[in-house]
Amino acid sequence: MNFIIKNIKSFALYELFLGMFLTLKYMFKSKVTINYPHEKGPLSPRFRGEHALRRYPNGEERCIACKLCEAVCPAQAITIDAEPREDGSRRTTRYDIDMSKCIYCGLCQESCPVDAIVEGPNFEFATETREELMYNKEKLLSNGDKWEYEISQNLELDSPYR
Amino acid sequence: MLYDYILQLLIIVAQIMAVIAPVLISVAFLVYAERKILALIQLRKGPNVVGPFGLLQSFADALKLITKENILPSGSNKIVFLLAPIVTMVLSLAAWAVIPFAPGWVISDINVGIMYLFAISSLGVYGIIMAGWASNSKYPFLGALRSAAQMVSYEVSIGFVIITVLLCVGSLNLTKIVEAQQTVWFAIPLLPMFIIFFISALAETNRLPFDLPEDESTLVAGFFTEYSSASFVLFFLAEYASMILMSAMTVILFLGGWLPLFDIYPLNIIPGVIWFTVKIMFVLFLFIWVRGTFPRYRYDQLMRLGWKVFLPLSLFWVVITAGFLVTFDIVPN
Repeated sequence: MNFIIKNIKSFALYELFLGMFLTLKYMFKSKVTINYPHEKGPLSPRFRGEHALRRYPNGEERCIACKLCEAVCPAQAITIDAEPREDGSRRTTRYDIDMSKCIYCGLCQESCPVDAIVEGPNFEFATETREELMYNKEKLLSNGDKWEYEISQNLELDSPYR
Repeated sequence: MLYDYILQLLIIVAQIMAVIAPVLISVAFLVYAERKILALIQLRKGPNVVGPFGLLQSFADALKLITKENILPSGSNKIVFLLAPIVTMVLSLAAWAVIPFAPGWVISDINVGIMYLFAISSLGVYGIIMAGWASNSKYPFLGALRSAAQMVSYEVSIGFVIITVLLCVGSLNLTKIVEAQQTVWFAIPLLPMFIIFFISALAETNRLPFDLPEDESTLVAGFFTEYSSASFVLFFLAEYASMILMSAMTVILFLGGWLPLFDIYPLNIIPGVIWFTVKIMFVLFLFIWVRGTFPRYRYDQLMRLGWKVFLPLSLFWVVITAGFLVTFDIVPN
């Protein structure tokens, strides 16, 4: 009996029609595509994107040239030179990140004692030449000024878990 | 005298253009429809950037392909290599000469129309073999071999299906075949034949689940791996044009050609061409729907299905149909 039913089903293409019906149902489901440049997906506050050097609200730069980030960087993408400023505080004279080496592991922002170097939510920083990816201190500070609001929001959202 | 000839020539050229131009334009929209329907099945949106709803996507792609460099592989047989896409394209367009779009809307109403169609679609395999051989490369060669074997195997069952239809019509003329379906479309009394024909048509046009000749995962692109630019466009156009042709054949043989769904008032004032086009679109949707649903057959499964299932089944139905017609003495003419 089972044999007969099996044969009838296979000659009536039962399974094939089931499959076709399934794909037909899927045609009318809502789509998962987002039209990327116009619509963007959600980002976690922990997202590790383009780097930025932050400032205190009074405009003073946070980085104290402790060089922990330079030491921890597994890709050795960070280069720091430092000397005392006129007022005696220790500051960087050079802070370079080679973005073509960086692996976006986030160890620099983990190691930073003053939350100076952070990885912001920006991931759309593709360039046309390789040289543009050699970030210097000026570029990083300007990133910090540009993304300060988003970065501080993200740090606050993520603080309960740190 | 001379003017008569020129006038006749002009009329013929105009007729040819009137058929070929819509076919080529519908190929462009068929490619768009395929991408869109597959995308919808896979929960994607599909092309939606070029033109309204992405409708001009195929034209943008064609423009891109044509402006690219045409690469001639150094090891290839240049003449055959360039001839192959032309042969494929010409054959897939030549078959349209006998397709009746509506009563009287046919370029040449020959009495052996179905034989002509069958012959032309069988010749289609030559373009593919030429392409595979002339490329002098392993993937195109294997693709061409598979394609030849596959098309020959499935033509046998297509032949038997056509014979069953012809038994019920009593004529090889395509217009007569459509007219014979006035009372009932052949898809209903000959349902198993209709399904066999449809599946064989998938194999004949190298469509999924039988697209072994151009199987991406094993043969790169099959017989047109070495082709680029305009010659690639020709192969692409030919493939989709023959898809539309096979749908037209399905519609003429089984779905009543230009006849309306029911011969009642609001349906039978719609012109025959529109009915014919709508039916072709339905069959093409089935082609794409099947592609979106089923995985590819293995080569031995393909051959088993062709020779061990479809051939005996269609042969059996030829005998049954003939016996039925003779027993009840309803043999046409």
